[in-house]
Amino acid sequence: MTRTLVVVGHGMVGHRLVETLRDRDEANAWRIVVLGEEPRPAYDRVGLSSYLDGKSAEDLSLTGQDVLDDPMVDLRLNAAVTGVDTGARAVTLDSGESLTYDALVLATGSKPFVPPVPGHQLPGAFVYRTIDDLDAIREAATEGRDGVVIGGGLLGLEAANALRLLGMRPHVVEMAPRLMPLQVDEGGGQVLRGLVEELGLTIHAGAATQSLDGEERVTGVTLADGTVIDTDLVVFSAGVRPRDELAEIAGVARGERGGFLVDDACRTSVEGVWAIGECAAVEGRCYGLVAPGYAMAEGVADQLLELGEGTFPGADMSTKLKLLGVDVASFGDAHGTTEGALEVVYANNAAGTYAKLVLSDDARVLLGGVLVGDASAYAVLRPLVDRELPAPPEQLLLPAGSGVDSGALPDDATVCSCNNVTKGEITCAIAEHGLADVPEVKSCTKAGTSCGSCVPMLKTLLNECGVVTSKALCEHFTQSRAELFEIAQATGIGSFSELIAKHGSGRGCDICKPAVASILASLGNGHILEGEQASLQDTNDRFLANIQRNGTYSVVPRVPGGEITPEKLIVLGEVAKEFGLYTKITGGQRIDLFGARVEQLPEIWKKLVDAGFESGHAYGKALRTVKSCVGNDWCRYGVQDSVSMAIRLELRYRGLRSPHKLKSAVSGCARECAEARGKDFGVIATDKGWNLYVGGNGGFTPRHAELLAADLDDERLIQLIDRFLMFYVRTADRLQRTSAWVESLDGGLEHLKEVVVEDSLGIAEELEAAMQRHVDTYSDEWAGVLSDPGKLSRFVSFVNAPDAPDPTIRFIEERGQIRPGPVSLPMPEIVAPKQEVRS
Amino acid sequence: MNWHQICDIELLLPEYGVPALIGEHPVAVFRTHDDELYAIGNVDPFCGAGVMSRGIVGDRGGEPTVASPMLKQVFSLRTGECLDDPGARLPVFPVRRRETVVEVALP
Ligand code: SRM
Ligand SMILES: Cc1cc2nc3c(=O)[nH]c(=O)nc-3n(C[C@H](O)[C@H](O)[C@H](O)COP(=O)(O)OP(=O)(O)OC[C@H]3O[C@@H](n4cnc5c(N)ncnc54)[C@H](O)[C@@H]3O)c2cc1C
Ligand code: SF4
Ligand code: FES
Repeated sequence: MTRTLVVVGHGMVGHRLVETLRDRDEANAWRIVVLGEEPRPAYDRVGLSSYLDGKSAEDLSLTGQDVLDDPMVDLRLNAAVTGVDTGARAVTLDSGESLTYDALVLATGSKPFVPPVPGHQLPGAFVYRTIDDLDAIREAATEGRDGVVIGGGLLGLEAANALRLLGMRPHVVEMAPRLMPLQVDEGGGQVLRGLVEELGLTIHAGAATQSLDGEERVTGVTLADGTVIDTDLVVFSAGVRPRDELAEIAGVARGERGGFLVDDACRTSVEGVWAIGECAAVEGRCYGLVAPGYAMAEGVADQLLELGEGTFPGADMSTKLKLLGVDVASFGDAHGTTEGALEVVYANNAAGTYAKLVLSDDARVLLGGVLVGDASAYAVLRPLVDRELPAPPEQLLLPAGSGVDSGALPDDATVCSCNNVTKGEITCAIAEHGLADVPEVKSCTKAGTSCGSCVPMLKTLLNECGVVTSKALCEHFTQSRAELFEIAQATGIGSFSELIAKHGSGRGCDICKPAVASILASLGNGHILEGEQASLQDTNDRFLANIQRNGTYSVVPRVPGGEITPEKLIVLGEVAKEFGLYTKITGGQRIDLFGARVEQLPEIWKKLVDAGFESGHAYGKALRTVKSCVGNDWCRYGVQDSVSMAIRLELRYRGLRSPHKLKSAVSGCARECAEARGKDFGVIATDKGWNLYVGGNGGFTPRHAELLAADLDDERLIQLIDRFLMFYVRTADRLQRTSAWVESLDGGLEHLKEVVVEDSLGIAEELEAAMQRHVDTYSDEWAGVLSDPGKLSRFVSFVNAPDAPDPTIRFIEERGQIRPGPVSLPMPEIVAPKQEVRS
Repeated sequence: MNWHQICDIELLLPEYGVPALIGEHPVAVFRTHDDELYAIGNVDPFCGAGVMSRGIVGDRGGEPTVASPMLKQVFSLRTGECLDDPGARLPVFPVRRRETVVEVALP
């Protein structure tokens, strides 16, 4: 019989419980009712600050359509639980409605702690926890004014950055003598302070807040030393308290320092009631991070399904983050509180880096550490905590742990602390499922899918498992596509024969030939059917059309931005009629004409080119379409001219050969009618300009594009897209869409931002120049064929009988148009594959 | 042997294929980098479409090959055998060059 689980709170942890339970509950044993007080389904609170940096509430949402559509999940928003009757097994909502349960899980999270200083309740004082909080802060912020954050911990610094993004001048008031007192030590705190002051923050450390001043609303903040800051906006970020208001009502015991007291299996003192996430005091202790909450949620899901004991294994409170662009990491016993602990400190004030390792009294076991300014060694160091050091301490601090290999790690060492995945689990998965790269490890084990700091270690593990992601393109080239690109670019080699003679072996194949053809085309080696290049092209490129199942081709002229005049529409109709082609509107806002025989292609294209059409590159690993929505010309919501921008982008990047096809779209406002976030590069209008998203994909593995830069003007937008595309063209693998490429980059999106937006590699100018060359030398490929008798001569059905139609091609009719008929020719003999005889 | 003239060698670029019709038989004729000529059936045994001449010519471990443009199975140009699926094979035809003319025979 189906039982009912009621979950109170739809935050990050409550949501993980729903997801896990639905994943593992194959028999549909539980129906889940989720009661959330907030007006929106669960979202990524960890990423909350990015809401002020261009991300929308949608972007942050954790709740997929699969959950919303799941008939076993009843999600109610704006529904606060106000009563619990554990005798009757029922909860009451603020609306008065009452619901019964078989099991109850409390996942109410925390609330920000607001110290009771005079004036704390004045308008103008805020907290920093929900999207609604951020909306209120955004509303109240005034550019150029001072804003005050009370609390210099992790969240306080995030809040300060938020004020900075809103154009304010942030002050941070911290009672302890240094920033982030919980995570970093004195030395690390000093380096951190230096780095954030450079970014324009004013730090008041060792300072107590005396009062918030003002009558009607906040007008200033007075500190205990008499300092007065003139401000009308204050954000409290002085820690959190578990939301345990329901404890008395439900008769559930409280922990000494608050929170629903639970045992190591998250069971409260009342049968049938669990608590998980920040509101749970596991054996008395509350955890303010999301990873321990996730572990609790998964444990409770297992208990409900009787899959295991689901005990909470304890949590790793290590953190690595980038605050205001500054790397900060702390792990293990960061403060050296273990008896006899030794500290090894490396500080470089000039470079703004600080590292401290805490070692056992015999200096052999790593206990913890603090990294500020450069935290690249974190991925290697964190899993080594409580283990014997595999190398001298200073060697461990070399960038990305180049000093050690992961062989030093035992199998039970946690490599991904966000998702609690051990080295052993990862190496097993690699071996068992034949995982070949980081994206595959991510999707199979979940390691690396949250903060990303363990990704370098995933790479090392892949290498060490011997599955060594061979970068060899194929049997003819030991190099990767990116390396061949560099070789071709540096040496100026302009033909496949020369490249394979000098840098490869054998004669090539259907893998390396098109890949090299694409590289040569990206480097601007003339028409793709010129000379030897013709023999490198896959059939689609060879006939500048897409092959269909019966050997005929489809014709897709470019319709930039999807905008087309009635005259041109009529031409397409007339051509289709004349040649008897099947006509269909594509998913890319253009028109596809199917069923053309090879020998008809030039005639068809002659008519199209004469009418002003050009190749749409539907056949190429090249820019396909830039979809547009109608934008502010017509749409009542539009804030920018999305059609003009889409056309401009499509005309700029048409014909650009790339590792895989490229798609784009431009939407005129955040309603996103052009589906730009499903594209390799998507542009969404804002009231200040354009947001640029990259790495989106539909297809096999859908992925939303991520924000690369916000509020760009037209010229900056194009500059960044130029750089992004050329960087991709140069460094991606063969047939690697931008989505997989972004995932495979060391440092992911952050790294991409540094290269593309901040030009950290100093190559931006070169990338832009390469794109400009492409734009300047573009010419229509079909026009190039039509004017060249040599190229035209290859478009025949048979060389010795150019007028005889291919007898294998047959059509039948359906809904008034042609479609390929069933294969009718006697098929050449296929000998049945040898079967092993089993008896 | 009944030899049929196919085309001038100039039309057949190195590492390239052309389709020909001999009687009712669609044939794909290839020229490799070393000027060897090969002729195999033009109809892809996996999909029944006459497309083999449009495949990419190359080698696998030294064996001259063509990959079907449809679903990319690789065939030996010498034996017609499918190297990815040993059950399938294409017919092979005798081919020669007379002066500048390429000729194929039906066995
Ligand atoms: C015609 C069209 C379907 C339609 O009737 O709407 C189509 C047809 C083909 N798609 Fe597509 N795709 C079409 C829109 C899409 C879309 C939607 C879009 O672009 O808005 C997608 C998902 C978006 C994306 O790409 O991220 C899409 C994802 C794919 C994929 C999977 C790509 C991936 O990364 O997973 C393939 C396979 C591939 O490229 O390797 C593919 C491949 C193909 C090929 C080329 C298959 C082939 O090799 O023969 C099809 C032949 C096209 C032809 O003969 O003209 N098609 N295809 C659409 C042409 C759009 C255009 O105007 O250019
Ligand atoms: C700005 C910010 C940055 C952070 N950064 C990090 C980080 O980098 N790493 C990290 O690990 N953690 C971080 N955290 C902490 C992390 O977000 C929390 O640990 C996590 O959200 C806890 O999940 P939860 O489900 O327990 O609580 P929450 O996500 O707070 O969800 C609880 C939900 O329950 C609802 N609720 C409460 N009472 C009731 C009721 N009576 N009836 C119905 N609904 C109710 C609340 O409205 C809320 O929606 C950050 C938090 C913030 C605010
Ligand atoms: S995305 Fe916005 S501007 Fe474009 S059509 Fe939709 S609602 Fe209108
Ligand atoms: S440690 Fe955060 S994703 Fe792995």
